[in-house]
Amino acid sequence: MDKFLIFTIVGLSLSAIYAVIASGLVLTYTTTGIFNFAHGAIGMLAAFAYWQVRFDWGWPTPVALVVVIGVLAPAFGLILERGIMRGLNGTSEATKLVVSISLLVGLIGLANLMWEPGQSRPMRTFFQGESIDLGVTSITYHAAITIVVAVLVAIGLRWLLYRTRIGVSMRANVDDRSLTLLNGARPDRIALISWATGCALAAVGGILIAPSLSLEAGSLSLLIVNAYAAAIFGRLRSLPLTFVGAIVIGLSEGYLGAYLPSDNRYLAGLRPAAAVVILFLALLFVPNPRLRTRSQLREYFPSPSRVGTVALAGSVIALAVVMVTTLDTTSLISYGPIFPLGIVALSLVPLVGYAGQISLAQLTFGGIGAIAVAHHGGGGSPLGLVLAMVFAAAIGAIVALPVMRLSGIYLALATAAFAVAMDRWLFNLPDFDLGPLHISLFGLSGTKIEPLSLFGYQFDTPGRQLLLSAVVFALMIVLVAGLRWSRFGRQLVAMRDSEAACATFGLDLRWPRVGVFTLSAAIAGLGGALYGMQLGSVTPGRYDLLAGLPIFILVIVAGAGMVGGALFAGISLYGLIPLTSALGPLFAKINTVTPGLVGIGLGRNPSGAIPVMSESVGPLRRNRPALAAMVAVMVGAYVLRLADVIDNWPFVGLLAVSFLAASTVARVRDQRTTPAPAGGESAGPVDQGIKWAGVTAPWTAADLSAMNASLAFDGVGRDGPVFVPAAPSPSRDSRSDPSDDRQEAHDGRP
Amino acid sequence: MAVLEVRDLVVTFGGQRALNEASLVAPDGEITGLIGPNGAGKTTMFNVITGLVTPSSGTITLDGTDLTGRPLYKRARAGLARTFQQLELFTMLTVRENIRVAADIHRRWSRIDADPAQTTEAIIDRVGLRAVADERVTVLPTGQGRLVELGRALACRPRVLLLDEPASGQDDTETQRFGELLIDLAADGTTVLLVEHDMSLVMKVCHSVYVLDLGRVLTSGPPAQVQADPLVLQAYLGTSSRSDAVAP
Repeated sequence: MDKFLIFTIVGLSLSAIYAVIASGLVLTYTTTGIFNFAHGAIGMLAAFAYWQVRFDWGWPTPVALVVVIGVLAPAFGLILERGIMRGLNGTSEATKLVVSISLLVGLIGLANLMWEPGQSRPMRTFFQGESIDLGVTSITYHAAITIVVAVLVAIGLRWLLYRTRIGVSMRANVDDRSLTLLNGARPDRIALISWATGCALAAVGGILIAPSLSLEAGSLSLLIVNAYAAAIFGRLRSLPLTFVGAIVIGLSEGYLGAYLPSDNRYLAGLRPAAAVVILFLALLFVPNPRLRTRSQLREYFPSPSRVGTVALAGSVIALAVVMVTTLDTTSLISYGPIFPLGIVALSLVPLVGYAGQISLAQLTFGGIGAIAVAHHGGGGSPLGLVLAMVFAAAIGAIVALPVMRLSGIYLALATAAFAVAMDRWLFNLPDFDLGPLHISLFGLSGTKIEPLSLFGYQFDTPGRQLLLSAVVFALMIVLVAGLRWSRFGRQLVAMRDSEAACATFGLDLRWPRVGVFTLSAAIAGLGGALYGMQLGSVTPGRYDLLAGLPIFILVIVAGAGMVGGALFAGISLYGLIPLTSALGPLFAKINTVTPGLVGIGLGRNPSGAIPVMSESVGPLRRNRPALAAMVAVMVGAYVLRLADVIDNWPFVGLLAVSFLAASTVARVRDQRTTPAPAGGESAGPVDQGIKWAGVTAPWTAADLSAMNASLAFDGVGRDGPVFVPAAPSPSRDSRSDPSDDRQEAHDGRP
Repeated sequence: MAVLEVRDLVVTFGGQRALNEASLVAPDGEITGLIGPNGAGKTTMFNVITGLVTPSSGTITLDGTDLTGRPLYKRARAGLARTFQQLELFTMLTVRENIRVAADIHRRWSRIDADPAQTTEAIIDRVGLRAVADERVTVLPTGQGRLVELGRALACRPRVLLLDEPASGQDDTETQRFGELLIDLAADGTTVLLVEHDMSLVMKVCHSVYVLDLGRVLTSGPPAQVQADPLVLQAYLGTSSRSDAVAP
């Protein structure tokens, strides 16, 4: 009985922490529509800040608490809202999610930058060593304070939402933002207060939970994934149900800690994974969401061209050849993951870019591929790679079937829960039998993967493996681009825009969703298997959720619907970051926050970096002489490098200079050949876009003249300045730039 | 003969009855109008018929088959197709691709022996979108966007076509051409249920008209009879002088 009571108190104490954290999460989600994946990281940062001021600088506890919870955390929330989150209006859920995930990655990097990882930072509990005697058992002051704080937070939030003017506005904002605005509320102010309050609650949770754990950025941030399960109990809306969920999860963890046999190797990982297993199960009971209708997303991903696709695939192989012929073995090992993990990144293109679904478990599917090739690729059998795709696809389908009715944030959470359950529990299981099947996973000390052998040719050196991965990557690029041109690809893109419209054509949405998820898992499995081959021996840590998040971020940053985005992600993460990190420890530290920082900037350009880059090299593509000259210089530099006349750095320098010079020349020539707009700099409103005439500045007669001239209208009628259509003039085609007016007409739909 | 029958539909949104025991019948090969002031429940009626909204009570039958409770895609496969009041275009695709998606999906489940590419081209010509077939739909004006939605619906070869304000955003010439297209479709055997605010179009093309007000069917009958109904004039068309203004 004592044991039961003791662990009930432990469970309730955990419940209280989860409740506080989850309520902050629900508050920001309901009032702003942004699910803050970085909520845990904010709590983590607050815990570090508290440790700094309280234990390192020795400030009194009350002062430290007020500074961190009352000042720093709300201020951080205000800055977040004003600087990042406000720019996310009108972006897809994937974009919103990637910004908050980037923030998570960035904050972990920032914490590691500010507080050297690996150092001991003991954090004492409140009134350490003292407890309250309850007769049959006792409760520590820290646990009691935690529970009291949770109760106070519940009462406080109830008062805020139901007894204050701003709280009523918050609830109204959840129901209908437009109506709230029309009734005089200020949604921006509501969002500011929500973020400030949410961050303060995250800080409370972080400070309360940190003493029972080691102060480590990654694990502390992710532990708070447990709180997400509580939020899902409340369907991200109901605070009372969120508190119920927190109690269920906290008590489950407490009792599993008490009664799970400690010597059972199969169940040892269940306790840390319990919350995410509950999260996954809770998601299965989320009611069917309404079908997506009438998306007005700012993202646009054009269909890849045939020429562009072949050029991209060729560039991948050319890059691999150049790398193999110029880099030493160490560098080949260092930069090798560009291609296999590029394939994992590519697996996100059909899923996120085409279909608008979200998966945070792609690297987990990569891990399943690695397991398959490790156990079935003996002697370098190609069957291993085939089975890597098959197994990953099969597990993908099994995961997809129950969760595919979900979309958006729920699907993201389900895949994150799957990934964390695999990391914490299933990947670490010893061998076991499932009926007639003998299942082997990573094993406790990792597992070896043999290099591929194809028709007697061994891919047993880093160079050969890199080339193999690059060729497979190029083939996958063609496959994924081909998918976009296919009937299935058009269907996925259509679903992304309006699931409701697709269903009215007779489409059962479940199967395309499961199909694309399965295909995506298969591609990720292949990438993971090739990555495992490069590594030679793999452990689950290579394929965990945190390792996969930067890949997800970079693909979205590049442009989720662009096949080139996968190469961008591969080169950025496993080319540029190792390259710049080699310049010195400072660069290495800065690079820990780089993926996060680039992701945070996504809200400003949700279509991603590839369209911007593509536009910037447009003049060079059109200028054949400049392009030919650049290629000639690059080939020349390559020849010089092969002949050992120059070293790698001058070679890279020459490539960069030739590209910059050719681009500059092409741009200058392009500007010279493009005619200046009529009227020069003083063209007035037409220059700013005719649709803004009279909107951005008071309407003037000059605007009318400019508009009449632009639209080939005659000008002035009997009652003053009105539009009188003139006879069409052959010299002035009113449809010379139809896109502006047509777009406006479309945007102005009722 | 009635193809689509809606009986006693009740839909409640947060305590407010959007549809209050509303019933209607769409006869075979005829154009049935559904009119009413804003908020009367017209689009809700469409959403319930096609399965986007679940009613509290009531039944929907198509050719005698009860569709109530069936998912959206099964209703579509039974022969319902629709357009939307607020455009639901696939913004990353061209006009041709928008229609082709519908034709492909229809070909998949119907297993009819028709080439979706040819079907798409025929529809592009029929709805008059040849000149903009390769344009991305976001550059189209609203009126043409509605034609794309009509084209997609036609690609599903529907038994009953539900059109939600298809003429809004069209100019007079386009509306006139659109009316002729509707009459052609009905002549080909397609049953049409039309929600529209353009009274001249409704009065010209509809065989019968239902008037909804506050979720209830106020009256129904031939257009001329409905137009003269004092209840309609009072509740929907306003004063008699106003009715003159909207008469066809």
